[in-house]
Amino acid sequence: MAKRDRLSGNEAVAIALRQINPDVFPAFPITPSTEIPQYFASFVANGQVDTEFIPVESEHSSMSAAIGASAAGARSLTATSSCGLAYMWEELYIAASNRLPLALALVNRALSGPININCDHSDSMGARDSGWIQIYAENNQEAYDNMVQAYRISEHQDVRLPIMICQDGFITSHAVENIELLEDDEVKNFVGEYRPENYLLNPECPMAVGPYSITDYYMEAKRNQAEGMKHVEQVVLDVAEEFAKVSGREYGLFEEYCMDDAEVAVVMIGSAAGTTKDAIDKLRAEGKKVGLLKIRLFRPFPADAIAKALSNVKAVAIMDRAEGYTNHGGPLGADVMSALFRARSQALAVNYIYGLGGRDVRVEDMESIFATLEQIVKNNDAGETYRYLGIRE
Amino acid sequence: MNYNFKETMSKPERLAPGHRMCAGCGGTIAVRNVLRGLHEGDKAVIGNATGCLEVSTFTYPYTAWEDSYIHNAFENAGATLSGVEGAYKALRRKGKLDETYKFITFGGDGGTYDIGFQSLSGAMERNTDMVYVCYDNGAYMNTGIQRSSATPMYADTTTTPVGSESNGKPQNRKDLAAIIAAHDIPYVAQTTFVQNFKDLHVKSEKAIYTPGAAFLNIMAPCPRGWRYNTPDIMEICKLGVETCYWPLFEVVDGKWILNYEPKKKLPIEDFLKPQGRFKHLFKKGNEYLIEEFQKEVDRRWEELQFRCSR
Repeated sequence: MAKRDRLSGNEAVAIALRQINPDVFPAFPITPSTEIPQYFASFVANGQVDTEFIPVESEHSSMSAAIGASAAGARSLTATSSCGLAYMWEELYIAASNRLPLALALVNRALSGPININCDHSDSMGARDSGWIQIYAENNQEAYDNMVQAYRISEHQDVRLPIMICQDGFITSHAVENIELLEDDEVKNFVGEYRPENYLLNPECPMAVGPYSITDYYMEAKRNQAEGMKHVEQVVLDVAEEFAKVSGREYGLFEEYCMDDAEVAVVMIGSAAGTTKDAIDKLRAEGKKVGLLKIRLFRPFPADAIAKALSNVKAVAIMDRAEGYTNHGGPLGADVMSALFRARSQALAVNYIYGLGGRDVRVEDMESIFATLEQIVKNNDAGETYRYLGIRE
Repeated sequence: MNYNFKETMSKPERLAPGHRMCAGCGGTIAVRNVLRGLHEGDKAVIGNATGCLEVSTFTYPYTAWEDSYIHNAFENAGATLSGVEGAYKALRRKGKLDETYKFITFGGDGGTYDIGFQSLSGAMERNTDMVYVCYDNGAYMNTGIQRSSATPMYADTTTTPVGSESNGKPQNRKDLAAIIAAHDIPYVAQTTFVQNFKDLHVKSEKAIYTPGAAFLNIMAPCPRGWRYNTPDIMEICKLGVETCYWPLFEVVDGKWILNYEPKKKLPIEDFLKPQGRFKHLFKKGNEYLIEEFQKEVDRRWEELQFRCSR
């Protein structure tokens, strides 16, 4: 039986973690993710979980300890934001190369500098090539649901890779929304027991983790990680299908909103998708054929499926909440455009940088994007493909 | 404690031969003898900061470690073993593990005094049930003998080279054992290879079997970095202790204990002379540098005696 509640995104993720009852949770505070370990510490203090909570002295150490715990045979995770993730950067690669299925509850926040505590995706985009699975949420419900599904994906025997469950700082992490929670035992049964094959604390067989691997093996190790990544799309879909049976809520690699007959579309990640849906509803009422493709799984990047979903659009605006400093757009733009190119798409594509450091995105802003796309179709010319939304000149 | 040299040395090796550490390496001697502090049959997980020890003992696909072993990165051995120890507690609590394990971490002075200092401090402050062992050879030897905060004053290293305007490292070494003792953990000790390894063995066993955090600082000479005649390692260690450059002491629950007082404290020249890294100190006109070095050794020795007299 589902329970209705009103929760912030941070509280929703913390509740998912209480229901999962992981083995080890090392954590270090940073705005806006601080509340997740804070809520969790109260669950520990009140005996609602039997997790080992380790309040470490930095994010580098929280990820290091999560890696140690996972290698030891425990289900582990940590939570962070922004500079905290940047500080872990080295460790992200090590977690992935060790094929450790640990989780990271990431609350997206702009990277310094200048220092800024509000939402953009520069933190997780910086980690996009680290070998982690990245899943993003539009709202609190999705953040909760993604957290519940996380370990089923990362621990899958064909995958065995760490997973980042991302939500937008403040916009979803602190805003309170209506939400539907699963019962504790439903989550427990869904997530199941963690049974690693090889681990440090296996009394039957010792194990060595973290070798020095020079030119004769390094490349095979990297290729091995890539093999794990190849299975992620299917596992994400399978886990989502099972999750739908428990929750009634359906998930895929991405969400298509009004895409069936869309002539122009927006591709984006995160909470601004909600704003975009409002704009679409309004424009659809005016008879305009506009749609949205909202990315859920960003790493690995489901390029073929995305290109297929966009195969009938005439123009597309790819929205990046992070700069790439390539002089021609952001990371999502690069990936989507390359997917379109591979699929020999004829769609005209532009890439917008928007919402950096928490810059507000309004329904009118997204309407203006669709208006621009219509103009592009009319002109049969994308014009400048590297654009900024809402910048003060 | 009864100490039987033959019996101790005959215990099964937990660091198998065939690793790639240099002949005569002090780090390897430290590791093998610390591991002899484990009771036979007791299980352990070994942690290791990046350094000579890691790259030479676990080169894929070979490992020299008989116990479970984890290397993560250079600066986070303390935090990594915190996670392993946390997993141990959680798995025991949840009834998923019955066996008992001990946790031992090795790091060189670079990974311990410097880049791993924050992670170590955190692990010690949280009183993690582990022993952190620093094999202190007084420089970044793995990358080619660069100065660390453990490098003694005037040592010639590749980042404090002796030259017309330089007498080697200008600063004194950091007193890490005292800093870790200030974390108020149950057990801190400083030792090296003397007395047929009795001091090292006794302290290792104590450190391993003391509940909570323990720290061992072991002077572990590096023949390449110190430039002494490799077979003379035991003599070098003895001179370190007899000159009071490297005193043997323990801090047990905050109580400082001096374990050895030389009958006749030898002049510091005796320790410096056999080492190529201090060769410039013996050039004519540089006598004052040795005097400065001696003053620093005396000051620290007096400070230690005072701490241990309270």
